[in-house]
Amino acid sequence: MPLPRLALFGGVTLNPSVVFSSLFQSFGINCTIFFVTLLVALPLGLIVSFGAMNKWEPFRRLRHAGVASHKWGAALVCLRPVALVVKFLVWIIRGTPLMLQIIFIYYGPGLLHWGQPWNGMGVQGRVVASCVAFIINYACYFSEIFRGGIQSIPRGQQEAGLVLGMTRRQIFFKVTLLQVVKRVLPPMGNEFMTLIKDTALANIIASKEIIMMSKEFVNKGLIWPLFSTAIFFLLFCGILTLLFGWLEKKMDYFKV
Amino acid sequence: MPILEVQNIHKSFDSTEVLRDISFSLERGQALAVIGSSGSGKTTLLRCLNFLETPDGGKIIVNGETLFDADAPAGRNDAETRAKRLHFGMVFQQFNLFPQYTALENVMLASQLLAEQRPDYKQDRRAILEGIEHHAIDLLDQMSLSGRMNHYPHQLSGGQQQRVAIARALALKPDILCFDEPTSALDPELTGEVLRVIRSLADQHMTMIIVTHEMAFARDVADHVVFMDGGVIVEQGTPEQVFADTQNERTRSFLSRYAQNS
Repeated sequence: MPLPRLALFGGVTLNPSVVFSSLFQSFGINCTIFFVTLLVALPLGLIVSFGAMNKWEPFRRLRHAGVASHKWGAALVCLRPVALVVKFLVWIIRGTPLMLQIIFIYYGPGLLHWGQPWNGMGVQGRVVASCVAFIINYACYFSEIFRGGIQSIPRGQQEAGLVLGMTRRQIFFKVTLLQVVKRVLPPMGNEFMTLIKDTALANIIASKEIIMMSKEFVNKGLIWPLFSTAIFFLLFCGILTLLFGWLEKKMDYFKV
Repeated sequence: MPILEVQNIHKSFDSTEVLRDISFSLERGQALAVIGSSGSGKTTLLRCLNFLETPDGGKIIVNGETLFDADAPAGRNDAETRAKRLHFGMVFQQFNLFPQYTALENVMLASQLLAEQRPDYKQDRRAILEGIEHHAIDLLDQMSLSGRMNHYPHQLSGGQQQRVAIARALALKPDILCFDEPTSALDPELTGEVLRVIRSLADQHMTMIIVTHEMAFARDVADHVVFMDGGVIVEQGTPEQVFADTQNERTRSFLSRYAQNS
């Protein structure tokens, strides 16, 4: 009896172990995007959050010059340009679909005649472009989580450090940071899970990640590999859940 | 020579004048109690002394050294401000202990960080750190907290936390220790243990400025009492002068309100 049509793929007899091994390989792309994004977006998000909290008011000294009595003048006096620019950029990034941002990062430079930065990297170009888009997008989300975490630490903590002669740097690293980490763990867990699932969006620019790969099977008439990709994400998120549970337990020794 | 001289301190927040022409001096080893209703500027005064706020006018002189002069804005970079702060210790109303450190670590942290800047830190690291630890253990002993050294702040009662905070402030050997309503956040049954500690510091002639609503305590412990109202010093003198021989009408009505409530 001849094998069913579904088992034939590229002239090779297809068994589930072959399908799973190619899905597994392409899931490596998802994992790459995941880890590279975290590696860069976590510190970048912290820097962005500092930008959003920046209190520099260059027109402050005009306060006594009579400008403040005017409606626009009063607004100018308390203008914080750094915070304003950062918040505007965060709004743009959080306010547009990640899928659109990936497309823009990949095709934008060519369309704007800035050259073709991704083509020079061969097949890796698509993954690198995806990483760039994810880093920008996630740094903005992380920055808001960090900002919330930092601003939720009582002012008294910083003041206690100051009166003990500590530098602002020492206060941040020795006093505030660990308390912030403890506070942001639950929302971070959410973001990490969203991130691994979002990596599937990279297939919009034909990065060969797991959904892209499974669609190739679909095109050959094999539908079950598409559904079985869920197992990879489920396992990954299961590990994340365990990891974050463990981290929260590790931080249980103190209360903020 | 007085250890602390405060001359004509002014402080405004936007258009609100919080401190108006505050002047007083304090001799070494004396305890100064600052009393007055909420919003009278007592806390702002302490915050100015600790450089948590910058006065708009006036001078602060410690041991003859001018730490702050509003007319001479030089010497206000971070490093210099930090050095000046070390003349003062501060105990907050809300304790403000660092939650991720044990009682002992809370007391040691600032000293350890300061020690890192010492030129001999690399060679004598172990000896220096041991010295810091011994000093911290001694201080916690004095606060009757020997059994609580390795507890985290959330495992301690309010009174114990405040005593750790006092030890933490003493660890840097300040010239003047400031207390900002040290018992106001405590249950009545816990205030006693904190007041006892402050009293014992007074007996050891620690120079202190205590902002407090505990009138009986102020009367007992202080060598000098300042009554503030609306950002000015209305009356000051020995406890006998201020409490028994009250001159000013505002002081009298403030004290009688307290007498009724307690």
